[in-house]
Amino acid sequence: MEKFEPVLETKQVLQHPLVFDRKENKLKKLWNVFKKDKLAVMGLFIILVAAAVSLLAPIIAPYDPNISNGSKRLLGIGTAGHILGVDEQGRDILSRLIWGGRTSLLTAVVPITCMFSLSLILGLLAGYWGGKTGEVIMRLLDVLFSFPTVLLAIVVSAIMGAGVLTIMVSCCLTMLPYMTRVVYTSTVTEKTKEYIEAAKILGANKLQIAFKEILPNVVSDLIVYSTSLIGVAMVLGAGLSFLGLGVQPPTADWGKMTSDGMKVLTLGAPHVATIPGLIILIVATAFNWLGDGLRDLFDPHKRTQ
Amino acid sequence: MLSYAIKRILAIIPILMGVSFLVFSIVYLIPGDPAVKILGQAATDEAVAELRKDLGLDKPFFIQYGIWLANMLKGDLGTSITMRVSVDSVLIPKLINTLILTGGSLAVCLIGGLLIGLLAGLKPYSWFDRISMFFAQFGANVPVFWLAIVLMWIFSIKLGWLPAFGMYDMRTEGSTWSILQHLILPSIAAASVSLAVMARLTRSSLIDAFNSDYVKTFRAYGISEKNIVFKHAFRNILSPILNMTGLQVGSLMGGALFVEVVFSWPGLGSQLYSSITGQDLPMVQAGVLFIAISFVLVNLINDLLVASLNPRLRH
Repeated sequence: MEKFEPVLETKQVLQHPLVFDRKENKLKKLWNVFKKDKLAVMGLFIILVAAAVSLLAPIIAPYDPNISNGSKRLLGIGTAGHILGVDEQGRDILSRLIWGGRTSLLTAVVPITCMFSLSLILGLLAGYWGGKTGEVIMRLLDVLFSFPTVLLAIVVSAIMGAGVLTIMVSCCLTMLPYMTRVVYTSTVTEKTKEYIEAAKILGANKLQIAFKEILPNVVSDLIVYSTSLIGVAMVLGAGLSFLGLGVQPPTADWGKMTSDGMKVLTLGAPHVATIPGLIILIVATAFNWLGDGLRDLFDPHKRTQ
Repeated sequence: MLSYAIKRILAIIPILMGVSFLVFSIVYLIPGDPAVKILGQAATDEAVAELRKDLGLDKPFFIQYGIWLANMLKGDLGTSITMRVSVDSVLIPKLINTLILTGGSLAVCLIGGLLIGLLAGLKPYSWFDRISMFFAQFGANVPVFWLAIVLMWIFSIKLGWLPAFGMYDMRTEGSTWSILQHLILPSIAAASVSLAVMARLTRSSLIDAFNSDYVKTFRAYGISEKNIVFKHAFRNILSPILNMTGLQVGSLMGGALFVEVVFSWPGLGSQLYSSITGQDLPMVQAGVLFIAISFVLVNLINDLLVASLNPRLRH
């Protein structure tokens, strides 16, 4: 964390990636700035490890995650052959964690990616066109906002029944209002700026202004926000599986593992419930760190305090 | 102020309409005969036929919505499928329990968040600041159900300091002391996310206030640091904090739903949980409606409070 010092010095300004030096690779320059942010690099590292581990689950998982072994139950951490122990049905916890990463990551990343373009279009529509359409869009989102996120997800599961698809639809519906509002707010600020005026004078039509002029300037805000939201979506998805509304047994999922473990908490096996939750916390926070890092990268003046 | 209040109160009507419409449509979005879904699979044919007539299922969709809304406004929320009693007789006591839990977590969130934020913001980059802000980073992403389990494991099962289940002792039923004891752990768990947000906000608002011109002027005049913090800076950061409190109530209520399941707190969350598992549709609808309406009302109260503190926001 920096102490109070001038945000950028002259030398730094010249080195900053947004100061164009066409000879140098822009990506490389961005990376050079990014890698100074230790937390963001750590976040990226954790995410990459989690993604790689879940992708390679069939190869690296030491046991089948769903095969129970009646003779071994509730073994503790550090048991020979089972580093993280064994759950109440005799399944290897490490293997279940590795496989569970797949559902947890998928149910968070897929909805946010799907809602990305939809929120861009809705936000631009509401923010730039305004008028009746904009009003209707924002009022509809207000209705979605008036549900605590978990509750909206519960409504979806009441309609669709439990399942992975339910988690994804819930995440889409709960995250869309937040993402759209970010686009909306940025669009409203951008549209009063001079370059929009200039584009209008040059004869650009509304569509061109919205998608060619405003969009590139609001998309970075959305990327930053969506990255942090992936973490939130992950916690929400795990929560739904915890409530039994998401992933169904015997499929391994971090949220479901926590709820299964809760039943054996009093039997002296706290690790069954607490390890998966800890992993959710770490990976979700990693997305947050990455999001914060990206924000500073796109806008060096908005340093986090 | 009065005209703002009237405008703000009128503005919740379309939101409430939208919320009720969404809740109403749950029944129609699930495939199958709505009357059967409301009465449960065990219902007789005559009962189903009668309900079909009552619901106006032969009439257009919006008239059906009108009939449903009129019933709701009359206080007729329907009958629970699994319990065979009227939904409101079950849900109203549960709503009160959930509000008690939400109130408890709001208190934890405000007291803890303000205290940590002030201590951290008064001495930025001190060891206390660094440690508390390190934890606050995780706070925003902590899975509430996990934290509830961890707290239960440490403080109830291992140390035995606080009760692990329910809302009060069976022996001393309903005594305030007993409820308070049962309230501590669930409140902390439900408040965790908001507490972290609140601590970070308090800290950064305080630092902003210290860097502002009016504080510099006060310092130049030689006003004591204590007076600056509590008389002037604090009043200025109160408005963003109140604003954030309103936004966090949703997260607190959401957190309460999870915590109730872990701690067997007899509130709407546990009820919704068992109603969804038991496919008790009228119960789910009414429960969702209750939480959404209290959320809208809390936000209304909060907006009015913020506006009365900060006249600039009234326009």
